[in-house]
Amino acid sequence: MTDNTPMSGAGAMQRYGSGSGVAAGGGRPPTNLGDILERVLDKGLVIAGDIQVNLLDIELLTIKLRLVIASLDTAREVGINWWESDPWLNAEAQRRATGKRARGEVDDGDDARELDSGDGARELRDEVRRLRDRITELESGQRE
Amino acid sequence: MSEDSGVWAYAITEEGHLSGPEGPVDLSWLTGVGEAKVRTVTSGGLAALVSDVSLAEFGEAALRENLENLDWLDEVAREHHYVIDAATRLFPLLPVRLATVYTGDAAVSAALTERGGQLRDALRRVGGRVEWGVKAYAAQHEPEGPNEAEGPDEAKSADADGEPAGGSAQPRTEGGVGLAYLRRRRAQLTAARETKTAAVTGAQEVHAELTAKAADARLHPPQSPQLSGVRQPMLLNAAYLLDAAGSVAFTAAVGGQATAHPELRVELTGPWPPYSFVGGDDDGR
Repeated sequence: MTDNTPMSGAGAMQRYGSGSGVAAGGGRPPTNLGDILERVLDKGLVIAGDIQVNLLDIELLTIKLRLVIASLDTAREVGINWWESDPWLNAEAQRRATGKRARGEVDDGDDARELDSGDGARELRDEVRRLRDRITELESGQRE
Repeated sequence: MSEDSGVWAYAITEEGHLSGPEGPVDLSWLTGVGEAKVRTVTSGGLAALVSDVSLAEFGEAALRENLENLDWLDEVAREHHYVIDAATRLFPLLPVRLATVYTGDAAVSAALTERGGQLRDALRRVGGRVEWGVKAYAAQHEPEGPNEAEGPDEAKSADADGEPAGGSAQPRTEGGVGLAYLRRRRAQLTAARETKTAAVTGAQEVHAELTAKAADARLHPPQSPQLSGVRQPMLLNAAYLLDAAGSVAFTAAVGGQATAHPELRVELTGPWPPYSFVGGDDDGR
């Protein structure tokens, strides 16, 4: 596979801080796949013309979603919302949420509804949903 | 070119960079996707670094399937990046997005001609520059789950093994336990939120300071813990464009920011080819 080919020249990584102000980590771990993918898939020059393959729309969507959207909940939770001004991400986040609801994958949680509304309840619903997603993931793994 | 192969593009440069006063650039050692030899296609003073790929693996239908395979994607992404990364050390270039496959050399030439003006502008703007990636996480760990004094709950969870997640058939008699759990969790979240607010503010300050020291800056979406390999939420995922000569001062500035912000864990990667700075509003997306 690929774990024996850390051939990226951008493999140098420096970590600062571990909560105690002391450098932790360091060295040259293989370049994070996410760092590469967010650049080669999402960035990079788009030159059209007579191309055999056009991945600019639908095909890249699933990958981008898988890589990106999972992190949006976390970001929203801590108050970062810059992507909401990004029409692409915003539209896809909404589409994904809608699609999941349509497939019945998200149950907002009866338990959480018994609590008050507002930020606390929303965070709890998110937490419940994450835990349930995790359980589903673990269960499906065991059955394979 | 045969009917069953396509031309994969890696990067665009000026033809002049390949045959400068120091002599022609030798790319014969460079292999790309599928270990194919990298070659150049030139047109109108511009040159594209390309290699031939089999449409059985890299044609539209095959790509649709293969891109869903993360191991395959990992390998191809690294091969694509390797060519760009190696070449960017030899001459200024524009990285091309993954999976740009042309029907043949003539199609590459036509694209170079058609977009010549924009490509030259972009080369003037970012060519020869590098990007540095800076990520910041909250330094403190997330609150642990309510493990203390939770023996009875765990036992009940084990009993419920096999129950569909979120199953509505779950007896409501456990609602009391669930509610107690959720209340404890809410208290934890409230405490954690204050810590996070300080870290988010710190990350914004780091971004502002570093942006002031760079030629340009871009924000990437924060990566999920699965992708970053770090449990704490990623609060900043940015790329900064620097002249090659500016890298020393910039990396020192990142270290300074890390010291000034103990509430954050700061990670620096690079130098990268200027991926994040070639797709402006005029990228034809």
